[in-house]
Amino acid sequence: MIGFVGRRLMACAVLVVMIAVVTFLLAFSATGNVARNLLGENATADQLAAKNAELGLDQPLLAQLGSWAGHALRGDLGISWFTNEPVSQAIANRLPVTLSMVVLAVACTALISVCLGVAAAVRGGWLDRSIQVLSVLGFALPNFWVALVLVVFFSVSLGVLPATGYVRLSESPGGWASALVLPVASLVIGSTASAAQQVRGAVIDVLRQDFVRTLRARGLSPRSVLFRHALRNAASPALTVLSLQFIALLGGAVVIEKVFAIPGLGTLTINAALQGDVPVLMGVVVTLVVLVVIVNLAIDVVSGWVNPKVRVR
Amino acid sequence: MTQPVTQPVGVENLPVRRGLLRPVLRNPLAIGALAVLSVIVLASLLAPLIAPHSPTSLRLDQINAGPGDGYLLGGDGAGRDIFSRLLYAGRNTLLGAAIALSVALALGVLSGLLSGYYGGFLDGIFGWGANLLMALPTMIVLLALFQALGSSIYLSMVAFGVMLSPGFYRLVRGQVMAVKHELYVDAARVSGLSDPRIIGRHILLVVRAPVVIQASVVAGIAIVVQSGLEFLGLGDPATPTWGGMLQDAFTNIYTSPIAIWWPGMTIALTVASLVLLGNAIRDVIQRTTSSSTRLPKPQPVVALPPVLDDRESALLRIRNLSVGYPSGAEVVHGVDLDVRRGEVLGLVGESGSGKTQTAFSVLGLLPPGGTLLGSSSIQFDGAELARLPENERRVLRGRRIGYIPQEPMSNLDPCFRVGQQLVEPLRAVAGLSKRAAIAEALSLLERVGIPEPRRTFAAYPHEISGGMAQRVLIAGAVSGKPDLLIADEPTTALDVTVQADVLELLRDLQTEFGMAMLLVTHNFGVVADICDRVAVMQDGRIVETGDVRPLFADPRHPYTKSLLESTLEDSTPRTRLEVNHA
Repeated sequence: MIGFVGRRLMACAVLVVMIAVVTFLLAFSATGNVARNLLGENATADQLAAKNAELGLDQPLLAQLGSWAGHALRGDLGISWFTNEPVSQAIANRLPVTLSMVVLAVACTALISVCLGVAAAVRGGWLDRSIQVLSVLGFALPNFWVALVLVVFFSVSLGVLPATGYVRLSESPGGWASALVLPVASLVIGSTASAAQQVRGAVIDVLRQDFVRTLRARGLSPRSVLFRHALRNAASPALTVLSLQFIALLGGAVVIEKVFAIPGLGTLTINAALQGDVPVLMGVVVTLVVLVVIVNLAIDVVSGWVNPKVRVR
Repeated sequence: MTQPVTQPVGVENLPVRRGLLRPVLRNPLAIGALAVLSVIVLASLLAPLIAPHSPTSLRLDQINAGPGDGYLLGGDGAGRDIFSRLLYAGRNTLLGAAIALSVALALGVLSGLLSGYYGGFLDGIFGWGANLLMALPTMIVLLALFQALGSSIYLSMVAFGVMLSPGFYRLVRGQVMAVKHELYVDAARVSGLSDPRIIGRHILLVVRAPVVIQASVVAGIAIVVQSGLEFLGLGDPATPTWGGMLQDAFTNIYTSPIAIWWPGMTIALTVASLVLLGNAIRDVIQRTTSSSTRLPKPQPVVALPPVLDDRESALLRIRNLSVGYPSGAEVVHGVDLDVRRGEVLGLVGESGSGKTQTAFSVLGLLPPGGTLLGSSSIQFDGAELARLPENERRVLRGRRIGYIPQEPMSNLDPCFRVGQQLVEPLRAVAGLSKRAAIAEALSLLERVGIPEPRRTFAAYPHEISGGMAQRVLIAGAVSGKPDLLIADEPTTALDVTVQADVLELLRDLQTEFGMAMLLVTHNFGVVADICDRVAVMQDGRIVETGDVRPLFADPRHPYTKSLLESTLEDSTPRTRLEVNHA
């Protein structure tokens, strides 16, 4: 098990470095207009050159990369060009907001999709057919549009839930919860539809396996075969589905934050993208990739623990 | 081996099939989806001709106006005609999706073909790249690259296409790996065709259908993501797009909430049609495959009058057993069979003759959809199983009827240690305490000839050999001291050296416990070794029954004769034999 985790850790580290380097080279190769954007149309050539030197943009690209990487390894992701806020701090302030949204959404997705998927696989019939229809709908309706519809219905028409804003959990748990209901719901509707469909497939695959028949031939009840054996075997594909949903939900949260004016990582990223605040963007990408890699690693470890055969691969 | 013929086929193993278009066009769902898509695409292409207004002309009196009054669907936040903008926006949004799809297709299919066909170093590099791309949070990366790519959404869609390519890569690679060693590809190689021609002519044909299905999904994703980017304001404000229209509607959501519906519904309709079209194609392929694999209508088989034992002493009495599947296939037709107490009956026949289906019927564990037809009767120790409720039937399984499967490895749950899989039924069925069940499991493992019972007890199934696994399964089957043991090809999947040992073990256990045994096999050698009587099955019917020695000495049915002859020639009769039925 330790060797298994070690191998994965190495692969993950290489992955993070590769993504960081590629993103850096792409993002920093298009910084020609930054100084002018910062100083305004009237800046002289000398002022622009001075600004570029201040930001380190006059250095060769690889030298910039080396300097950025050196700082990043010590946890210093640079300073925002536009707000002068340290990037690490900006991210640390906003990450909990986005994470509370995404973690809640993943938890709800896991719970609902496992229940629906297992029920559809075992029962079949109308439940199964409605899940097929729902999965197409969940795929076809963009989550930000679902969010808009929810806003129109619950906030504009009924006025029961806030349309915008975010309340810290420490300030008011009730306010925090009601601020997150609509954002989380708009994320969960889409992800549940597709995850339930895949859980259903995984359970059906396991129930078709030979060992299920053999266990039943030994006199075990269908309930114990389903809950002890089939679910445990379906767990690793289902966990993979959830880890993919986690990545997708991180992306989805960006757009959802815009709809509900939630001051999370998404809002930070959108503003940085529109302004061309490259240090912030680099910081966000690296942070999220590390997060994704950690989640994937955790999922791998859990999969290996649930199904020992996975470890061998 | 005698699985029903209606197993659904996954997208992964679709066979080569020409002329896909015609059956797809007969599927109502596909026609509907295609019609909606064509309307949307045509309306977008012909926007300059059919749009009543210019997408950019403003009317101050129509700002956030409702439908009607010159504007079919009302006006947007700047007083422009929503309907005309929807049409023009379709061109830009669909073009963006087409760009992402083309890039993903080109990269994914090409790398998948190369990776799957050549393998090795290339495969390693591409596989690594695919993993890297799949770990990316796409939306964030697209935002981060926005400045580098410039304000054109189309460049972002090129980048998105790159990020979507692993889906195609994995699909194509898997398919190519599967067909690379098919005989017709080998034949093409031997006959001197060059690699590019083999890939082009034989392999592309195989991957075509799954790629089309995946493409419909990817196109949908591309539309949704592109709209998301534009909704965030990352796009050219001068060009109308569905996402941009949603952004405008969002800004005016309090004054004109209805405006979010038009672009939203258009996106949803387009994406849903794409997905449904993909689903319909998959359904059509599955249906054509399963209907083509259906067995040819069996010739009427002339059976000899069965030698039945109508004394009450038979432990298992099967009368007129017929098994059917929802597709209409009937795989067992009116089988009569007796197994007396303590006797070993061999049920012999080639693949697809219905012998495994007969065995599963006795267990009550037919594959999904399988049902007993008509007046099928299975009497076990005087009780009618065919009409027994499932929960009463379950009580018999394990305790009075044991089952030894064919494939040792696939019949152990890979997630549980070997010992747990023995202990669990012992506790559930025999009601033993945990300690007693563990002791019993260990002694069973020792009894079936496993050298280090404790080690095997603590091992996972993938850590033991096939022969050991089969012994474990035998231990499990006899753990409830059943009266009847059903063994389905118990030695077929084993090495020849192990086969004899396992047969000997079965014979010993059978005499020791005084069990009756129904042994399903295609191998007359096994029958000669262990069986008292034999029943020969062909095309779902029993054609000849008798004691082993007389039947071997003087087979009367031509089918039995040909089976015996092929065994004597030392070739196992696993393929359909041509028998003169006359």
